[in-house]
Amino acid sequence: MSGFRDRARTALADPLLQKALRNVPRGFIAKRAKAKAALPEFEQLREEASALKAFTLDNLDTFLATFVERAQTSGAKVHFASNTEEANRIVIDILKKAGVHLVAKGKSMISEETELNTALQRAGMEMVETDLGEYIIQLRDEKPSHIVAPAIHLSRREIEPAFRQAHTELPSDRQLVEKEDFVAEARSILREKFRTADAGITGANLLIAETGSTVLVTNEGNGDLSSTLPRIHVVLASIEKVVPTLEDATTILRLLARSATGQEITSYTSFFTGPRRPGDVDGPEEMHIVLLDNGRSEILAGPFSDILKCIRCGACLNHCPVFGAVGGHAYGGVYPGPMGEVLAPALHGIGKVSDIVDACTMCGRCAEVCPMGIPLPSLIRRWRMEAFRQAQVSPVQRLGLKVWAWLARHPHLYALAMRIAMPLLKFALRWKELLRRIPGLSAWMAERELPPPQGRTFTAMWKAARRKRP
Amino acid sequence: MSHAPHKGETVALFVTCLVDAMRPSVGFAAVRLLEHAGFCVEVPEGQTCCGQPAFNAGDEEDARDVARRMLDIFAPFDAVVAPSGSCAGMVRRHYPELFAGTPDEERAKALATKTFELCEFLHRHDASPLLRKWEGGPVAWHDSCSSRRELNIHEAPRALLRRIPGLELVELSDPEACCGFGGLFSVKLPEISTRMATDKAQDVRNSGATTLVGPDMGCLMNIAGRMSRLGMNIRVLHVAELLAGMTGSGIGENAA
Repeated sequence: MSGFRDRARTALADPLLQKALRNVPRGFIAKRAKAKAALPEFEQLREEASALKAFTLDNLDTFLATFVERAQTSGAKVHFASNTEEANRIVIDILKKAGVHLVAKGKSMISEETELNTALQRAGMEMVETDLGEYIIQLRDEKPSHIVAPAIHLSRREIEPAFRQAHTELPSDRQLVEKEDFVAEARSILREKFRTADAGITGANLLIAETGSTVLVTNEGNGDLSSTLPRIHVVLASIEKVVPTLEDATTILRLLARSATGQEITSYTSFFTGPRRPGDVDGPEEMHIVLLDNGRSEILAGPFSDILKCIRCGACLNHCPVFGAVGGHAYGGVYPGPMGEVLAPALHGIGKVSDIVDACTMCGRCAEVCPMGIPLPSLIRRWRMEAFRQAQVSPVQRLGLKVWAWLARHPHLYALAMRIAMPLLKFALRWKELLRRIPGLSAWMAERELPPPQGRTFTAMWKAARRKRP
Repeated sequence: MSHAPHKGETVALFVTCLVDAMRPSVGFAAVRLLEHAGFCVEVPEGQTCCGQPAFNAGDEEDARDVARRMLDIFAPFDAVVAPSGSCAGMVRRHYPELFAGTPDEERAKALATKTFELCEFLHRHDASPLLRKWEGGPVAWHDSCSSRRELNIHEAPRALLRRIPGLELVELSDPEACCGFGGLFSVKLPEISTRMATDKAQDVRNSGATTLVGPDMGCLMNIAGRMSRLGMNIRVLHVAELLAGMTGSGIGENAA
């Protein structure tokens, strides 16, 4: 299995990916900044949201119980899944029992986490993604590279062949150049799917304990069509999405779109409370809510619980210089970027993903923009500590740190070592090719020079100067 | 700030390991600037490093052992000044966290409240630059991430630089972007690191600046190293050197 560095190298060497990465996140950054500037109480909202989420997580059992009770009162059926296999099994059971053949699916990161699409396929069901980005990557048999914009790594030139290959019923000489061409074509194909789907699966951005409602935000309206047209609506959500009240939900919604896309609010914000009631003009006959734990109860009790405040806005991804350089696929999992560097080890164990916690310069920009005030760099550093403790760090690095730390505790030897090493280094830099063979220096010098030291150390010069003074 | 010393009092210089080893002129520049501002400067013996490399690599134990020496060395002083946002940030923001729940917690907090980055300290005491005239063309300022975000320093270095007659200060288009140094990050993921350094170097070139200054040797060595590989002819100096008028040769220029 390739590691983060290999995947990052591949990403850096991919000109189309680099072009896509360079254009889009800059837009996100500027739009978010504008939206934040237009809302004077943004910082105050952030604090409120962070505090309300902390309070909710501290009392998660209570609010979750209330949510379940209210949701059941509204007529929804609630299922608990402790892990991803269980979640998929529950969903497939629901669909089989209802005799479902075609599933229309809204965008859901939890379904990525459970790898629901593969499970549905194995169960012999046809499933179509209805979010445009998700639809594109479904056609290309790829994983999302961004939690908000799943196909952000692709250009239209790369999407065109996928559309032509999939939509053979359309005239082959049709134009597929502009954004609008793609949107119109996807819409025409997907409309038919919405009409004929037996079931819709969506995620949820929030679960409201007070009302038993699930909340979904989209910009395409596909979530609403997936949930209201088919007979069955299945909501797949993780347990930490719950908030106490409708009012609390609006606090978070005010931050979500602004942080994600710079919109004041998404085009569609839908509240689903139970299935169709007598007299309703539309809505599903059955509504199921599948609540996934998948290790979250354990995360809640540990030092990484702050990551459960995350509302999946993607601001940390958009502002992360490493994500901006290599894109989401390099992280090798469902959740990329800073939030992924904290969540992925919590879900899968640090031993499996220890290399992604190195993908951070500790620049702190993610924490600055996180609408929920999650101290992302500190949590990433904490994972590094865990990796170090569990000996997931290379022996060379370990030894290097130990030697350095020992020297740093012995100032006389340290000063002597530097006094000898620096003139040597200055001299040796005449033969760069030689130095480039030394580990560490080779990594530095592959694509940049090592500025030579001035020669003598400050400590030595200062001492000499002091001695001269009377 | 109860610990902020007044002029005529003694401040300790925390030289930092990169300045000590790679560019002692920055240390001497800092001493001159502080003395010019009316302070007595002491450089306590036995300084090595603040422990940040181990801390960010996840080696908490060694980080604490190295950092504990700092608590001893700088305990007697009213203020500690470092020509680095990164090292000052380590002490101010992370020492209290590193020593939380240990017998040294209070000492760590005490050192945290009296440790300052050089520009921040000079600006706070209304110090003036030693350089009386600048004819070296437009100067770009690089905010180090630790200086900007850990210590919230934004105006201080800009205000100090603007006080140099003839100096035209230019802003980069994306001043908040990391240069890609990140300590061990620069050698663990060198391809990403240099890619970020390239972006920064191009931003500097596009700004029209002929000189780049910043508060941290790590960033400056990274950017200067990438610039010379790209063949860009832009002088890179630590802000202390420019303020002190020690502008002889830029970082990477004193090649053998």
